[in-house]
Amino acid sequence: MKKIIGLIAFLAIIYVLLLAADPGARLAANHFNLGRRIGLYGIISLGAGMLIITGGIDLSIGSVVGLCATLLAMLLRGDRFPRFPFKGWFFEQLNAGLDWLGGLVNFPEHPWAAIIFVLLVGMAIGLVNGLLVTKVRVQAFVVTLCGLFIYRGISRFMAEDQVKGLGNQFGDLKTIFYSSEAVLGLPMSLVYFLVLLALATVFMHLSIHGRYFFAIGANEKAARYSGVPTDRYKILAYVICSTLAAFYGVLYLMQENSAQPSSTGNFLELYAIAGAVLGGCSLRGGEGSVGGLVIGTSILVLLPNLSLMLGIPSALEYTVIGGALLLGATLDEVLRRVGQKDR
Amino acid sequence: MSSPLLSARGISKAFPGVQALHDVNLHLNRGEVLAVVGENGAGKSTLMKILGGVYRPDDGVIEWEGRPVSIGSVEQAQKLGIVLIHQELNLAENLDVAGNMFLGREPTWGGPLGLIRPRMSRDAEPILRRLGFDASPRTRVADLSIGQQQLVEIARALSLQSRVIIMDEPTSSLTQRETDRLYEVIRDLKRDGISVLYISHRLKEVETIADRVTVLRDGKNAGELFRDQITHEAMVRLMVGRELKQFFHRSRHEVTPRPILEIRNLRWQEGQAPINLELRGGEIVGMAGLIGAGRTELAETVFGIRRRVSGQILLEGRPILVRHPGDAIAAGVYLVPEDRRSQGLVLGQSIRFNLSLPSLQNLQRFQLVSTRRETAMAERQRQELNIRCPSVRQIVGLLSGGNQQKVVLGKWLSRHPRVLILDEPTRGVDVGAKSEIYALMDQLAQRGVAVLMISSDLEEVLGMSDRVLVMHEGRLAGELSREQLSEEAVMRLATGAAA
Repeated sequence: MKKIIGLIAFLAIIYVLLLAADPGARLAANHFNLGRRIGLYGIISLGAGMLIITGGIDLSIGSVVGLCATLLAMLLRGDRFPRFPFKGWFFEQLNAGLDWLGGLVNFPEHPWAAIIFVLLVGMAIGLVNGLLVTKVRVQAFVVTLCGLFIYRGISRFMAEDQVKGLGNQFGDLKTIFYSSEAVLGLPMSLVYFLVLLALATVFMHLSIHGRYFFAIGANEKAARYSGVPTDRYKILAYVICSTLAAFYGVLYLMQENSAQPSSTGNFLELYAIAGAVLGGCSLRGGEGSVGGLVIGTSILVLLPNLSLMLGIPSALEYTVIGGALLLGATLDEVLRRVGQKDR
Repeated sequence: MSSPLLSARGISKAFPGVQALHDVNLHLNRGEVLAVVGENGAGKSTLMKILGGVYRPDDGVIEWEGRPVSIGSVEQAQKLGIVLIHQELNLAENLDVAGNMFLGREPTWGGPLGLIRPRMSRDAEPILRRLGFDASPRTRVADLSIGQQQLVEIARALSLQSRVIIMDEPTSSLTQRETDRLYEVIRDLKRDGISVLYISHRLKEVETIADRVTVLRDGKNAGELFRDQITHEAMVRLMVGRELKQFFHRSRHEVTPRPILEIRNLRWQEGQAPINLELRGGEIVGMAGLIGAGRTELAETVFGIRRRVSGQILLEGRPILVRHPGDAIAAGVYLVPEDRRSQGLVLGQSIRFNLSLPSLQNLQRFQLVSTRRETAMAERQRQELNIRCPSVRQIVGLLSGGNQQKVVLGKWLSRHPRVLILDEPTRGVDVGAKSEIYALMDQLAQRGVAVLMISSDLEEVLGMSDRVLVMHEGRLAGELSREQLSEEAVMRLATGAAA
């Protein structure tokens, strides 16, 4: 609880400094922009944070975003997917299977089907991650690190390393996922984030499922001995995380109008984890809160903005974020140490 | 009169919210075994940690051979000659015995890479021999039994030229044979003029080994007993400040004729002898055996933690399929696990969180936890079990061992057990709470619950059980009725001597 209050204070200080440093920052347009970015990063942090609370980790978030954004762009454009460039019966069958799949739905005419398909891909990736971690017991760090490489490779291969743009088509979709007007004057990404935030708060802090998440993260054995189906809940956490990454991919494509298979989503997993940790999640699991995630994400978004206003070169953006995170983690540990000193 | 080797006078120590020690005195003579006993939370461990250099006292004087000293760190304590052996052994499991003994003080050729392994082994050898340690100093610690690991800790203390060795619950995970071995070692140490400070909950051990007993109660000195005064009753009287009448509660009551739980040909390992047993409602069945005899494995298999290789579990005559603890719990078969800290509790969460964890399905509405019903349930358990805490929102990790164990029990009691398996239910629990737990087991039996109590504490097996099953090397070695029960009979079966 004290941690959250400290974080809110820190966020407030950054915000006030930002407003004081630059009159331009006080404009509604800037707030709109900040809100949009908090919404985007927040969606990712929410997934990563819920997973981290169960004691898991996902390093493949960025690559899943890249894959899903690229895949969606290609489906909407009706692009032909490359075939496996290998000889032999197996690959011929595989290629034939892909052709058959490609002919099933006419995605450019049914863009919603494409979006649902991409979300299902995200879900499936989470399922695979979760199954590998729980049933085969490969370390989560390793599984998702491999995912980081694999999914990035797949997106580059299928797009043949070309940027995939949507041009001026699908205007209605773009309005739904990204519009400059938006609901109640709020950017769409923030609206989606707030909805997801409300759901996540209920799920994590009021429902029995959230209880299980926290119990598993803090002591998986004790949860199992209490009859909690631990594997199922851990898999669920991976599925939520990857599905939200896929959703981010959708929002990103609609906002940017194009996906770059080799770079879209790069480093996003690190932002997501940083946001979660800044917001009070412990990588040991069992600690954190949805509210903390929001604050952590907001700090992450505001901080580079402020450092720019203070005249720190933008090239140092990563350094500022890293420094703030390190300072926070160190302070947290030192304060904990002082609190326990006299035990 | 010569001054004692070590004396502590007027020691006080406070932690946030608790006065752990208040004006405590203690002295230790050369070559003496002094036992320090007291309920959990009486301040034993705190006092030992002060002597061992882990904590600094707020107030008081520590004298070494009559001269006041300040013990600011573990290193300083070791330099004086005081070594504290913790209950959880602190060994590097991947190193060998000699490597552990000389950890941080390895003889070298000068450079960081110049470890002189042969010399380490050579230096370790005589110390290990003296302790009757029969394995090579080059054995990896991970391959040793707990008893042997304990000896390595003592060997390390001796290699430091210690004159005072503090042992915190040294026998809590030892077999009877290893415990006997430890007694011999302690007597040898005594003969060499080394003093031992011995902390234990097992009063029987204290009777056997101690020259003198200092009793602590609520962070204060409660009394002192000399050799011929050291009896179980006298110690308990001083510890709790009152006579505990009838320590083991057993009442006469009906036992259902039909078994509630039947285990048929159960195996959890290929090539293992199948296990058959029956539990009737209203009886408390003790299960004895050495550590590693397979008692915990049996319990875990019945509860669905372990996979069963073959066999059947029947509840009231009907077979039940247990693939996961959830299945056992749904059937009303519950397990209080062996290690409450790692298996029984989420230590960083509240009493309420822990109590409700297995029952959330019954406390939800539209998948949301009803805090009102959850709190009511937790409060009920708190009252019924007499869990001493300021509030059910208190963090479980801050409770004493006895109160923690009551929380683990409370998780199941609110669900009306049909079969309750208790694995070492009173390990690390103070006398007062022990007595309460026994009373509770008796009440459950009266209500018709079948209770299976796995225990390495023979006193409680003899005191509580209607009949006793003894396991030896993964099979049931025998059964003893209440009339046949004796320590000797149990040990004969447990060690395989009766085969």
